[in-house]
Amino acid sequence: MTTPAYPMTRATGCPFDPPPQLRELQAEEPLTKVNIFGKDAWLVTRYDDQRTLLADPRLSSDVRQPGYPSPTGEPPRKDGVGIGFILMDDPEHARLRRMVTAPFMIKRIEAMRAGVQQIVDGLIDDLLAGPNPVDLVEAFALPVPSLVICRLLGVPYADHDFFQQNSKNLIRMSAAPEERAAAHGNLATYLDNLVGEKLENPADDLLSGLTERVKAGELTRQDAAGMGVLLLLAGHETTANMIALGTLALLEHPDQLAVLRETDDPKVVAGAVEELLRYLNITHNGRRRAVLEDIELHGHVLKAGDGVILPNDIGNRDPSVFADPDALDLSRDARRHVAFGFGVHQCLGQPLARLELQVVYSTLYRRIPTLRRAVGLEEIPFKHDGAVYGVYSLPVTW
Amino acid sequence: MKVIIDQDKCVASGQCVTAAADVFDQRDEDGIVVLLTDNPPEERAADIHQAAAVCPALAIVVED
Ligand code: SF4
Repeated sequence: MTTPAYPMTRATGCPFDPPPQLRELQAEEPLTKVNIFGKDAWLVTRYDDQRTLLADPRLSSDVRQPGYPSPTGEPPRKDGVGIGFILMDDPEHARLRRMVTAPFMIKRIEAMRAGVQQIVDGLIDDLLAGPNPVDLVEAFALPVPSLVICRLLGVPYADHDFFQQNSKNLIRMSAAPEERAAAHGNLATYLDNLVGEKLENPADDLLSGLTERVKAGELTRQDAAGMGVLLLLAGHETTANMIALGTLALLEHPDQLAVLRETDDPKVVAGAVEELLRYLNITHNGRRRAVLEDIELHGHVLKAGDGVILPNDIGNRDPSVFADPDALDLSRDARRHVAFGFGVHQCLGQPLARLELQVVYSTLYRRIPTLRRAVGLEEIPFKHDGAVYGVYSLPVTW
Repeated sequence: MKVIIDQDKCVASGQCVTAAADVFDQRDEDGIVVLLTDNPPEERAADIHQAAAVCPALAIVVED
């Protein structure tokens, strides 16, 4: 058998299901070698194995480790710029991550709910007053999380064209390496300037909080700017894609959309958000790790120096954990999903993402009950080449 | 039922608070888990087991 290549291709027809080859592997070969940019890496397809391995300290998240399966085929930057704590191991990872956990605490995020509701309502007012049909991505899905993360970080929203364009280029896997490097450089410079300004004039926001650490000598200015890039990028790309792709999925499942349109129970809405996270898996190219010490599993040995890929798209469709996994069922209990990853690197911003999605999904379809696609499904451009899955545009009408 | 937490492992994801806000809280400075009661009533068992199951850092142990 030749080693299959990763990432794999989705079936034509269903834009929401993971590649069928992943499903076959999950059933037959829970642990298999795949080829990624000319090198072999282990592919872990079952939910239980993914959770076990993601919590195992013998696996490293450090991109600079030999064997780490790079998602682009490019070697990591030698100067360490832009590595960010998501690509580091403890204790350094924990030290840096703990500097930014406080603003994402449940009670602090909950306190933002009224503000987020106001942002969402305002954008829907604009939608209703503006052109019809309209691209939901540009007019709504991107502005919601952008406005929210800008407020939280202390980034001027007026600059959003600049950082949205650069972050788009940064996560487009089909972009040339130079193009991606330039986008990263632009964002890093932008955040570095902003950190510089906040060092002079701190305000009540996350970046200003980081400048306190810089002044105390706990953090370099470069690392503070790097964290800013990471949070700005992660804070809006992911949620924007969940809003647009989630809306499209709901429009394709009118009975499920009706659940959200008709309920005013926050529990039902919260459950629906978990199920959409499980079903859509927008970070569809998997978590990446390098093996530090030999690990035995299913009769194989994952050797030190091997690469490991743990794709949550197929993990969340494991039939031994989620019955009838390919059905979008907003009433199921999906809370155990691994859409945010698992282990110490699990998404830091998840409470914020949940809040934004709860507000959006409980508001948009109730306020615009006739919302529908303005073009055929086959005309919608999907982000098959994106590090984050979603749609490039979603023309809608009402 | 006895609940044990390991603050050194906790990564402040807040999942336990979402699952059972009357049992778990987060420290103001850094969001690390704080146990509000280590001997919660039996009727909270389902939510507490849920909290332990979703904790990404395996920082919660429940002894029945
Ligand atoms: S779920 Fe686990 S990691 Fe998250 S705050 Fe609670 S104890 Fe900490």
